[in-house]
Amino acid sequence: MDLRTRYLGLDLSSPIVAAASPLTGEVDNIRRLEDMGAGAVVLPSLFEEEIEQNEQTIERLSTAGIESYAEALTYFPAAASCRTGCERYQELVGRARSAVDMPIFGSLNAKSERGWVDYARAIEAAGAQAIELNLHFIPMDPSLSGREVEERYRGIVKAVKNAVTIPVAAKLGPYFSAMGHMAGELFAAGADGLVLFNRFYEPDIDLAELSLSPHLDLSTASEIRLPLLWIGILAGRGAGSLAASSGVESADEVVKYLLAGADVVMTASALIRHGVGHMRALVDGLRTWLAARNLDALDAIRGSLCQREAADPTAFERANYVKI
Amino acid sequence: MDGNTAVAHVAYRINEVCAIFPITPSSPMAELADEWAAAGIRNIWGNIPVIQQMQSEGGAAGALHGALQAGALTTTFTASQGLLLMIPNMFKIAGELTASVFHVAARSVATQGLSIFGDHSDVMATRSTGFALFSSGSVQEAHDAALIAEVATLKSRVPFLHFFDGFRTSHEVNTLSLLSDSDLRAMIDDALVRAHRARALNPEHPFIRGTSQNPDTFFQGRESVNPFYRAVPEIVQKAMDDFAALAGRRYRLFDYEGAADAERVLVLMGSGAETARETAAALRQKGEKVGVVQVRLFRPFSAAHFLDALPATCQSLAVLEQTKEPGAPGEPLYLDLVAALADAFSCGRRAGMPKVIGGRYGLSSKDFNPAMAKAVFDELKKPEPKRSFTVGIIDDVCGTSLDLDPSYAIERDDVVRALFYGLGADGTVGANKNSVKIIAEQAGFYAQGYFVYDSHKSGAQTLSHLRFGPQPIHSPYLIGSANFVACHHFPFLLRQDILRLAAPGATFLLNSPYGPHQVWNRLPRSVQRQIIEKRLRFFVIDASRVAREVGLKNRTNTVLQTAFFAISGVLPRDEAIAEIKNSIRKTYGAKGEKVVQQNFKAVDDTLSRLYEVKVPLVPTSGFDRPPPVPANAPKFVREVTAMMLEGRGDEIPVSLLPVDGTFPSGTAAWEKRDIADEVPLWRPELCIQCGACSFVCPHSVIRAKYYDEGRLQNAPAAFKSAPVNARGYPEVRYSLAFYIEDCTGCGVCIEACPAKSPAEPGVKAINLEAKAQMLEAERANLAFFEELPVNDRARVDFANVRGVQFLEPLFEFSGACAGCGETPYLKLLSQLFGDRMMVANATGCSSIYGANLPVTPWSRNHEGRGPAWSNSLFEDAAEFGLGFRLAADKHLDLARERLKSLSRDIGEDAVDAILKAPQIQESEIRAQRARVAELKGKLLRMAERDEKARDLLSVVDHLVRRSIWIVGGDGWAYDIGYGGLDHVLSTGRNVNILVLDTEVYSNTGGQASKATPLGAIAKFAAAGKRVARKDLALQAIAYGNVYVAQIAMGANPQQTLQAFREAEAYEGPSLILAYSHCIAHGFDLRYGMKQQDLATASGYWPLFRYNPAMRRVGENPFRLDSPRPTIPLRDYAYNELRYHALALAHPSEAEKLLIEAQAAVVEKYKTYEALASRQNGGQAARRPASSRAARPLLMNGRERHGP
Repeated sequence: MDLRTRYLGLDLSSPIVAAASPLTGEVDNIRRLEDMGAGAVVLPSLFEEEIEQNEQTIERLSTAGIESYAEALTYFPAAASCRTGCERYQELVGRARSAVDMPIFGSLNAKSERGWVDYARAIEAAGAQAIELNLHFIPMDPSLSGREVEERYRGIVKAVKNAVTIPVAAKLGPYFSAMGHMAGELFAAGADGLVLFNRFYEPDIDLAELSLSPHLDLSTASEIRLPLLWIGILAGRGAGSLAASSGVESADEVVKYLLAGADVVMTASALIRHGVGHMRALVDGLRTWLAARNLDALDAIRGSLCQREAADPTAFERANYVKI
Repeated sequence: MDGNTAVAHVAYRINEVCAIFPITPSSPMAELADEWAAAGIRNIWGNIPVIQQMQSEGGAAGALHGALQAGALTTTFTASQGLLLMIPNMFKIAGELTASVFHVAARSVATQGLSIFGDHSDVMATRSTGFALFSSGSVQEAHDAALIAEVATLKSRVPFLHFFDGFRTSHEVNTLSLLSDSDLRAMIDDALVRAHRARALNPEHPFIRGTSQNPDTFFQGRESVNPFYRAVPEIVQKAMDDFAALAGRRYRLFDYEGAADAERVLVLMGSGAETARETAAALRQKGEKVGVVQVRLFRPFSAAHFLDALPATCQSLAVLEQTKEPGAPGEPLYLDLVAALADAFSCGRRAGMPKVIGGRYGLSSKDFNPAMAKAVFDELKKPEPKRSFTVGIIDDVCGTSLDLDPSYAIERDDVVRALFYGLGADGTVGANKNSVKIIAEQAGFYAQGYFVYDSHKSGAQTLSHLRFGPQPIHSPYLIGSANFVACHHFPFLLRQDILRLAAPGATFLLNSPYGPHQVWNRLPRSVQRQIIEKRLRFFVIDASRVAREVGLKNRTNTVLQTAFFAISGVLPRDEAIAEIKNSIRKTYGAKGEKVVQQNFKAVDDTLSRLYEVKVPLVPTSGFDRPPPVPANAPKFVREVTAMMLEGRGDEIPVSLLPVDGTFPSGTAAWEKRDIADEVPLWRPELCIQCGACSFVCPHSVIRAKYYDEGRLQNAPAAFKSAPVNARGYPEVRYSLAFYIEDCTGCGVCIEACPAKSPAEPGVKAINLEAKAQMLEAERANLAFFEELPVNDRARVDFANVRGVQFLEPLFEFSGACAGCGETPYLKLLSQLFGDRMMVANATGCSSIYGANLPVTPWSRNHEGRGPAWSNSLFEDAAEFGLGFRLAADKHLDLARERLKSLSRDIGEDAVDAILKAPQIQESEIRAQRARVAELKGKLLRMAERDEKARDLLSVVDHLVRRSIWIVGGDGWAYDIGYGGLDHVLSTGRNVNILVLDTEVYSNTGGQASKATPLGAIAKFAAAGKRVARKDLALQAIAYGNVYVAQIAMGANPQQTLQAFREAEAYEGPSLILAYSHCIAHGFDLRYGMKQQDLATASGYWPLFRYNPAMRRVGENPFRLDSPRPTIPLRDYAYNELRYHALALAHPSEAEKLLIEAQAAVVEKYKTYEALASRQNGGQAARRPASSRAARPLLMNGRERHGP
């Protein structure tokens, strides 16, 4: 069965990719994912904010009380205040690259323009074969217009593309007034691919502590509809790669996304929920589905139900009006 | 570079083994060696030296001796008591003619008090060991001497002790020309290294060394080494000459500098020689015929070289020494010189005998400045100079001191002299070290930095003395007249005379919350007057605000450093700013870009927020600096303590100081340090009166009382109270009071408070609030609270945390770190047993915050009773405390005997009642106190006529049960004092040992001990500790008759309380291991108690009590008080930098160690569970006791309890 796939200009042995999650931060898991048939792995995101916070915390703690009392002018060996975060991430990229043959993608969530560029360069330097930009941005300032937000996204992609030579994918949320146009803008800015869609942390309220608490539920199969819609609309237009993300629970969702035109299908929630071994179930499920239809290559079905290829392209538009 | 680093740089590179143990001020040398080894830095032979920490300096000396005998080039670093512990091995090493160099940052030996500061008393105690004693007097000299000593020891086989002045040289930062590896290679002869190895023990060609010798041969054997010692002076001089040829810096065994026809000469060792030389040069310019001999090789003493160095014209000679030998005819160098001169004169080698006087200076880093050197030169002019004088103090008892002209100064005009008053940990010292570095790196500039710290670990004042100039700076003394003064903490203006040392026309920089137009009227009148009279240029900047705004919180270092460069003119402004930014990049680059950018912004913002203040013509303020202590303070506090508090301790004359180191208790209460910006504010309506806040308060600033509501009639309007929440006391009120001027604002109490407002999220029954607004009202509230009666100890329920809050703490307001994890235990101890307690305290954090002058936190209760506290040494606290017990037991026996013999006079019933009184419950203690008080009354009436009554009176206090506590940290208990501790446990005597276990040597800055956990980093374990901590509890339990408890107040305060009470009640030895969070763990100590809870929840620190008395009632003595682990070790450990840092630096290694540590936790818990489920005395095994179901105390009956 030929599951070979091209994504971001890279050859993958399978269209199923382990999305960024804590699981992909462990090299043992990455090895197992490859063994289970994953086509590639996206490492957990490097968060500029987290790095900064770590740096500041370590600076604060390693200097607390120093140069104050004659007998104890410091409290830690100098190594305690070493640089944090970025080198650690680079080390993970390096270890992952040497552990497996499949491509390793870095993932980046920065907050400053300089951060996007510097850390992207650092990830490239560490040996990542592509970078996924985790564009997690909530425009909390009500005076910020949609156009400005879009420009921000475009600017980030452009800046990173100018800084690195490896392929760059943009992972987005769905909240744009004109998703299709936005996708086009990002491709125009240089993005080699889009990952649809990102899911955001949304705060909840802890009633016992009377405080806000960050919250992110694992996705469920019912969440595939929106990404499926946009993958279907954008597929086959030749602008760049498309990765589907969200709601991949079983091989059924994998097949649906591929039919809609995704180049690759990413999953994190299912792996977290069922363990790394679930990758095998997804890959085998895909093979079984193809075999049951006497198909021996993936290309035969990829995008066969995208809007451009669909027998009834208007089905995508009318979806909202159909009575369920 | 400082002296310690300069020495370590050489010692590390020319040795193969370093045996180390921390002791101030030498610790940084060992720490650097450990860090360099961990970083893989190699010595000149291309290998990484082995750095081995030992359990004590005695152990280090033993390991060093062994390594030497096995042929390795071996060194060590030490000082003071540490050096003394090495003495037995030093005799052996020298007796066996073994080449080695010890590097000693010379420090006072503890006598009437401990001192961490510098003098030569430690080195002088080693005179008879056979080591060559080799002195250096500056950072550069120390660096060079480290190499010369190594060359000389290899050539001569005589071991060398290279010493330099603790702090003055070890911690002074100065311009240094660093010796390269090739310089070292050129000086070290590998043939001598191989000869050293060839002399090693080797089974291939065996021999015996270390025989036991008898009267027939020992003496001759001692004399056999003489040729080696006679050769040393020439060998050293040759090494010095070779060194001069290589490096261009020339030294001699006795370096003379001065007039060729000098008539008056000073002889001294160490850094004081630089001061003396500078002074002599200044005097020579005025035509005086003076000179200075600096002694470098003190032992073996070469009279010939000394006589050669001394000008023949010398008529009078003063020998200055940094040591004191009470009862001796003179200090050691004086005696040597007198003997050399007398010998030369009597043998005709010298025509005349100059007048020789000896004197002492600089004990414990007392400053030795040109005025003092001049006073000595002047003394030599007198026909009858003082023979055994002192200089630098006022000796109004024996009149030994020389009079000084304090205005005498010889500072060069081209030297910028800057003083910086900083608040500990605000970054001032770090910034100044950085400024020295920046300037020293400029071509044609030289720089010097010396830093003075006060006695406190929190809210301390630092004073930086910086000199910059176009010539090398040889002025190892404090700045007496500064042309730049910076005060980095505004409140200092109200505590000290900050401008006292400002020279006329100097620049004054003030970190002020008030702008250039508001600040003037906020200055005390005396400050205004000095600014006007001295015509100071006055600048202000709100550095705290600038730092805060760029995200640097309270780290004002970059801001104030920039301000200094901007207005001092040391370097051209733009050049200076560029250099600061370069330096920021270097310093913070490794810590991340964000930190770098924040500091860059701080630099830029400083320049636009720095203002010169237009100084009015006359003072305008109506207020001035208040006296350091109030008028109602005790006489000693007013006359002595106050001087120290004002920074004028140097002016205290001998007569005002106690002759035997005995100081009054409880003087910390008179020092209002006022260091917290935010302090707790009570919300009585939310409070559940649980006592948790006062229980955990590290500085004893929270007090509780209950009282009759009628007493509120005269209360201040703002005084808060609530009905006591106990049933049956309708007219009783409850109040909490806060000593907010003593509070450090650590917030531990806030985190401990369980009472949350349901309506206001985040609000508790106590909350941190800005102090400024509440200060006046709270002072009045506190004054009223102090007038309320102290609650009767006999009516307070000692058995629970809630009750303990009503007991007077007799350990209060110490200078411990804000949020200290040790002090709450000591406070609790003082509350429970303080009025009948003796404390033997091991040296360490607890002895420092417990008794570091100016003030003493161990105090007295309202009846005048309180803990009797003393510190002997670091290593002997257990033995010292056992001595307390032996004496107490002896005197109790004596008192009982005498009492029995007087029973006819006293009354048999009364005697019987005293002798048979139970004394476990507090009510029983109170009853016994009443009996003994009555007995004392009778005895006083009988005393005049009855010898036995007088005798009984001298020991009668022992009839009240005395509580002996031995207190120390894990460095003492696990390492240096372990042998003694173990022995004391084995005696079965009734002593209580409290180990404040921070798992590192906290006091010396966080070096690893055997209590340091697996996987944590610490100094001396920079790559992470590789073995699990020692289980001291299990070792003690193995005795079977020792009460052992492991406690963590934050995990279970009730169990802590119970353990303290059981241990004290147990008639035998007790050992309590108390988890003590520490600044060296690397987390915000506000959450210290929470972190303790996590330590227990993870199973890392299980709580248990082993009470041998339980066996008597057929119960298992081992009670496990904490449940099985509920969280993984990671969730506890990675909250702390000591673990987390390793995970960041070496993730895989850290992960491996964490897995091992987790496995060790699981295994250990199983061991404890097995102990807890053991059957005993036919009783069924019990499950681990829950915290609430803990067993009752071994006490008879219930106490009467108040609310």
